[in-house]
Amino acid sequence: MTLPPLAQAAIAAFIVLNAVILMVAYVTLLERKFAARMQSRIGPYYVGWPHGWLQPIADALKLMLKEDVVPAAADRWVYNLAPIAFLVPCVLIFATIPFAPGLGVADLNIGILFFLAVSALEIVGLFMGGWGSNNKYALISAMRAVNQIISYDLPFIFTALVPVVLAGSMQLSEIVSAQTGLFGWFVFRAWGLGVLALLAYLVATIAAENRVPFDILEAESELVAGFRVEYSGMKFALIQLGEYAHILGTSFLGALLFLGGWLGPGPAWLGPIWFLLKAIFVFLLITWVRWSFVRIRVDQILAISWKLLLPLSIVLLMAAAFAVAWSGGARV
Amino acid sequence: MTSSEAATLIRERFRAEPVVDGRAVTVAVGRDRWQELGAFARERLGCLYFNWLSAIDWKEQGLEVVGRVENLGTRLVLIMRTKLGAETHCPTLVGVWKGADWMERECFDMFGITFDGHPDLRRILLAQDWVGHPLRKDWVDTGYTPYR
Amino acid sequence: MDTEARKVVEMGWGGNERLVMNMGPQHPSAHGVFRAILTLEGETVVAVDAVIGYLHRCHEKLGETLTYVQYPTIASKTDYVAAMTSELAYVLAVEHLGKFEVPKRAQYLRVIAAELQRIASHCLWLGTWCLDIGGALGGGATIFLYAIREREDVLDLFEALTGARLLYGFHQVGGTRYDVPAGWDKQVRETIDRIERRLDEYEAMLEDNAFFLVRTQGVGVISPELAQEVGISGPLIRGSGIDFDLRRWAPYSSYEDFDFRVPVETAGDCYARYRVRMVEFRESITIVRQALDGLPEGPISSRPGVKSVGQVRVPKGEGYARVEGARGEVGCCIVADGSPKPYRMKWRGASFSNLAILPHILPGCKIADVVAIMGSIDPVFGEVDR
Repeated sequence: MTLPPLAQAAIAAFIVLNAVILMVAYVTLLERKFAARMQSRIGPYYVGWPHGWLQPIADALKLMLKEDVVPAAADRWVYNLAPIAFLVPCVLIFATIPFAPGLGVADLNIGILFFLAVSALEIVGLFMGGWGSNNKYALISAMRAVNQIISYDLPFIFTALVPVVLAGSMQLSEIVSAQTGLFGWFVFRAWGLGVLALLAYLVATIAAENRVPFDILEAESELVAGFRVEYSGMKFALIQLGEYAHILGTSFLGALLFLGGWLGPGPAWLGPIWFLLKAIFVFLLITWVRWSFVRIRVDQILAISWKLLLPLSIVLLMAAAFAVAWSGGARV
Repeated sequence: MTSSEAATLIRERFRAEPVVDGRAVTVAVGRDRWQELGAFARERLGCLYFNWLSAIDWKEQGLEVVGRVENLGTRLVLIMRTKLGAETHCPTLVGVWKGADWMERECFDMFGITFDGHPDLRRILLAQDWVGHPLRKDWVDTGYTPYR
Repeated sequence: MDTEARKVVEMGWGGNERLVMNMGPQHPSAHGVFRAILTLEGETVVAVDAVIGYLHRCHEKLGETLTYVQYPTIASKTDYVAAMTSELAYVLAVEHLGKFEVPKRAQYLRVIAAELQRIASHCLWLGTWCLDIGGALGGGATIFLYAIREREDVLDLFEALTGARLLYGFHQVGGTRYDVPAGWDKQVRETIDRIERRLDEYEAMLEDNAFFLVRTQGVGVISPELAQEVGISGPLIRGSGIDFDLRRWAPYSSYEDFDFRVPVETAGDCYARYRVRMVEFRESITIVRQALDGLPEGPISSRPGVKSVGQVRVPKGEGYARVEGARGEVGCCIVADGSPKPYRMKWRGASFSNLAILPHILPGCKIADVVAIMGSIDPVFGEVDR
């Protein structure tokens, strides 16, 4: 007996959604452990033996049981909707990611376009949160967010398009299958363009995810906690979940675009594991930067984007296009 | 400039007898010449460094304002004093040294000395609605009344 | 406030939409309880009203009600991050007034304590300042945890020496209260060797980082004229190109015996102040080494143990003692009337004068610079509010 396609998609979406939430929980634990190692400490240790592996569950439970405080002066509708508006696009980006050939919710033929479009939508929820909180810190943070995310989405998109040009397809599974062979990953190819594109992609990702050194909208030493300063309990948990889901999503995309996705030695069923390991590698790169840099100022962030990263990514994209055209559509 | 040269200059100008102790020169002038002494210390003695300013309550003899300024090049220290007598008004030094701003506010806060010409004379350490000036010798502590 | 705002408009920061934002007294980077009412023009600060006094504990009044024997332990509570120096300022003022001799060994012990305290205090400064510019969830926290680890080591030394980790009561009129315990000098040497090695790591981590440089260079510039006029001292004034260090300028407690360098930077920005403090770390380490090498034998106090609280009496007069604390000139002026208590006591807190520079340099900065400048000033609010 086969289920109708809609039900199949619903089941797949349900599984992916829960897998993502579970992964997000454990990615936070991974980041905390990693940061702890960098800072000569141990990190979460006591909840769950060994090495605090139940800590994310305990955190989630704690956040669910917390009192939900709504500021008296908040714009209630906007304030309450913001975490959801923020979370939905952050989880939706996983819809188009194939975890292995045929394993995913929907392998669209414009997959990367969908990913980039949906991923840029998070700004709506973020701005709603900053505006609806009726708090000056949150408002300034929301303003900064709009500035920064618009500035960095452009280089993000341009660098993500470099593999598209190299592979000649917008379908994510096609992009992966274009990377087969020894040193076939795009990071090794196109005479160093690939590795430059990966670096630019990482910088743009860090900025688009608001991580240190570009976390001016969280900026707890200036704006306390930025747009989420008034959120507590479950709503805070949703924002946090969305943020980490987004980071994880872009890590998966980075692994897919530049590091060959599920390609790796061994039998085919190892594919998703390779993919996960590569995504975690990208995630740890971002985390490594986060825990060793200081934050930069808003005007400097915009200057880096418009004066350096955006021209660089356009040049990269053009160079990749020229390389493809020059080789007459052959593999570069 | 040594401290004895500075003392000579001050003696000529202010007809006051400075006390010289090592590098430190102490001079007392009347309230009316307070700002003049400040400007003189800055222009002629090169005392660009404003160290601190405070006051002493001598009970019956009234309040005395003490200021300490320095010339970091020649290591000259000038201690300026003025007795206010029965008055609680003193000319401000903010126009001479910017550092006098907070010091005079603290002095106003603790002693109730009004510095005439100060641009922003508010309490600085105590609450704005505090009553009285605690470092005056006639200050009586009201005891501790807990909040209800 | 209004006059200040008007002045700023004349400076060319026009526009008509302003946002008044309140930073503090409860704020992650308030360094205690500091309230800055910022008037913002977009991201740019156009006026600032600094509100202090949330930690006022009437130290000057307390000084008038406690005797010369009682007060030194309270004195350490003015600057609780560098408690040794404020104790030292008070006892030096009393010794100056009463013409008390201090044995050479006690003087050397005071130097060791003061310099270790400077290391501990600068550790805290480095950590919290990086936390301000780097974020509690970022690279700043990494430096913070490293620096706090070093500070803990120094506090362990103080614990072995005095039994306390924050407020020591180490100094008393006429000398020190405790002698060094057995094996302490070896422990000190090991600790400062370790800190010296690690300082290289921190410098590499910060100075090779372009983002750290763009955040600090050219930010919060204090001109030498403004520095003198407002009366800032310590690393701040030395960062502005003025060679003013009381250990050199007016040596106290045998500082003339030691060979050390006074770092001076001319830029006057946050980075210059950072460099000054980083060199001071190393200079303090060399002073501690020299003092340990030359530590003379003998008594640690010219006065016997305390028998009654009114035991120390000084003649009528006025005494001012100043020491170079971690944050600048810590001064104590005592007016004595012959009784066992001072008639009037004035604290010249280094942080109070240093913080007074803020309204002069903040207008025109970005919000993010406000916290960077605040951190580079390194105020301790116990000392600002006294």
